[in-house]
Amino acid sequence: MRKLLPGLAATLLVLNLGAAQAAEGVKIPERHWSFDGIFGYFDRAQLQRGLQIYREVCSGCHSLKYIAFRNLADLGFSEEEVKAIAEEYQIVDGPDDEGEMFERSGVPSDYFPSPFPNKQAAAAANGGAAPPDLSLMAKARAHGPDYIHALLTGYEEPPADKELLEGLSYNVSFLGNQIAMAPPLLEGVVEYADGTEATLDQMAEDTAAFLMWTAEPKMEVRKRTGIKVILFLLVMTAILYAAKKKVWRDAH
Amino acid sequence: MSDKGMMNNPVVKWIEYRLPIFSFMDHSIGSGYPTPKNLTYLWNYGSLAGIALVIMIITGIMLAMQYTPHVDYAFDSVERIMRDVNYGWMLRYIHANGGSFFFIVVYIHVFRGLYFGSYKAPRELLWILGVVLLMLMMATAFMGYVLPWGQMSFWGATVITNFFTAIPWIGEAVTTWLWGGPTVDNPTLNRFYSLHYLLPFVIFAVVFLHLWALHRFGSNNPLGIETKGPQDQLPFHPYYTVKDAFGIGVYLIAFCAAVFFFPNALGEVDNYIPADPLNTPPHIVPEWYFLPFYAILRAVDFDFLWIVPAKLGGVILMFAAVLILLVVPWLDRSPVKSARFRPWYKGAFWIFVFFTLVLGWVGANPADADFHGVPFVIIGQISTLYYFIFFLVIMPLLSLFEPPKPLPASISEPVLKGGGTMAGAHAKPMEKA
Repeated sequence: MRKLLPGLAATLLVLNLGAAQAAEGVKIPERHWSFDGIFGYFDRAQLQRGLQIYREVCSGCHSLKYIAFRNLADLGFSEEEVKAIAEEYQIVDGPDDEGEMFERSGVPSDYFPSPFPNKQAAAAANGGAAPPDLSLMAKARAHGPDYIHALLTGYEEPPADKELLEGLSYNVSFLGNQIAMAPPLLEGVVEYADGTEATLDQMAEDTAAFLMWTAEPKMEVRKRTGIKVILFLLVMTAILYAAKKKVWRDAH
Repeated sequence: MSDKGMMNNPVVKWIEYRLPIFSFMDHSIGSGYPTPKNLTYLWNYGSLAGIALVIMIITGIMLAMQYTPHVDYAFDSVERIMRDVNYGWMLRYIHANGGSFFFIVVYIHVFRGLYFGSYKAPRELLWILGVVLLMLMMATAFMGYVLPWGQMSFWGATVITNFFTAIPWIGEAVTTWLWGGPTVDNPTLNRFYSLHYLLPFVIFAVVFLHLWALHRFGSNNPLGIETKGPQDQLPFHPYYTVKDAFGIGVYLIAFCAAVFFFPNALGEVDNYIPADPLNTPPHIVPEWYFLPFYAILRAVDFDFLWIVPAKLGGVILMFAAVLILLVVPWLDRSPVKSARFRPWYKGAFWIFVFFTLVLGWVGANPADADFHGVPFVIIGQISTLYYFIFFLVIMPLLSLFEPPKPLPASISEPVLKGGGTMAGAHAKPMEKA
């Protein structure tokens, strides 16, 4: 088995290089987000819509294993609402005193359960390729949120001369244009709790914003802290500059 | 001076008599350390490197309290630091960006030394200790990048450690020994973690040797002529303590802007994907500070004289690119230190800087790509050629043939030309104003 690995890796490398070349010219359009820039913030209503899409669509195949229900308080949910969301999930726990695993309803400290028991099951149910965990997706791809939006809205009819492999879909934003994920977001696939019209563009944007939050939940506190830190440093450095000027005044 | 007052304090006197640490401090970074009066802001980078090292050690020790060095848990433990540890995101981003900023500072420090001839007698050992520090930093940074166990951690480690297989006859055995097994795996991660924790303290020790050697003859200066007496000098404190403090303030503004607003700009997105030995990323690149050396490695795409295979040749050249710095004091025999008085060397130096930057750019691009029809391999080869010609041909030849400009008689002479007074040498600075 060990001997096999380098060969397998080399094969995958060749396949990947082919994909990379095929993907040349894929342009991911730049979009504007509430979390852009040094004053960027998360739009709570948008994140809640994104959560709804994750729960009703993405979670059928994709795990979100770094997010606990308690983290949803960041999205503006009250303690009661978080509890209620957690209780909608069945969590495998155990072993109990008899050594048996058992199911119980979720509590806020539980993490989002994965749709498949393990990677092999996930791959078997999805034509050989396990759907990746989404927690870090917005940081694990270049231009993360822009890319997620472009991917979710990038499904098109393949050009006449393009032969698709069995079970794959054509996507203009994906490396190599052939993606195993079937178009996940169709008009009206969700009915937003806040009444926003669920257009494809709206859903893609909300999903991308939500995944930016799952990837970097501390982003707001980071940027807010950063502004205070920089302001402090500017004052400190100005004082040091004045001190330097004063000390050196007679030195030349 | 205010120090005099402190030295009369009975507690200070009691300690000083038994352990003369106060006079040691005074002679190291205090008013008892005479420093050339004409140092520019390029001389701030030594103290900046010191601050960068301290920041890395402090944040690193705290991260180590939360990190788990195991292939199954390393990635998760880093995410736990980012999400659940109080200010863990700040610690990790300071540490990750701190490495990059450490290299920016040290590279400027090295280029400053090259430009002003700071490696020349009697400072050869000071320079060599600096090169040793650079190599220790590179080893530490490389192993640190492996610890989060993302895709680029794993594949970077695989590519770099694979260099050792190029050693004739014993390469495979040596590499297996380094890995602690047949591939990069848990034993590799464990030993990298152990060494990543150890090496910074080795660096700290060598920094002391570096400073010891520095204090023997004091700093070089932009004119490259030695100080001839008190009229050329200023006490380190308060002049350079306050100047270094101001420099640290500017540095921290740039550093914190990166940490708080662009913490992932210098990283690779692939490292947010957990390591997968079965899935090779399409484009494996090292961290930006290794890119010039990576380009030199890949520039050798041919066997040399049928004896040295391309892979071995590339590895040799890559290590040579760093090691060659050790002998620079003997490659450059010109008696003139500063490039200000060496017009030809000045030109050659800036071309060297240019080609080093080009090498970094080549290293960042895929090996088989091209720039407007010119393959990156060719650009890399030309740049690599100049890199070595600069050291091996230009430096020795200029030592022989370059006519230097006339040197000033002393540091205070050109300084005073502007019509200033001799105040610096005799002033009583920092008296209660």
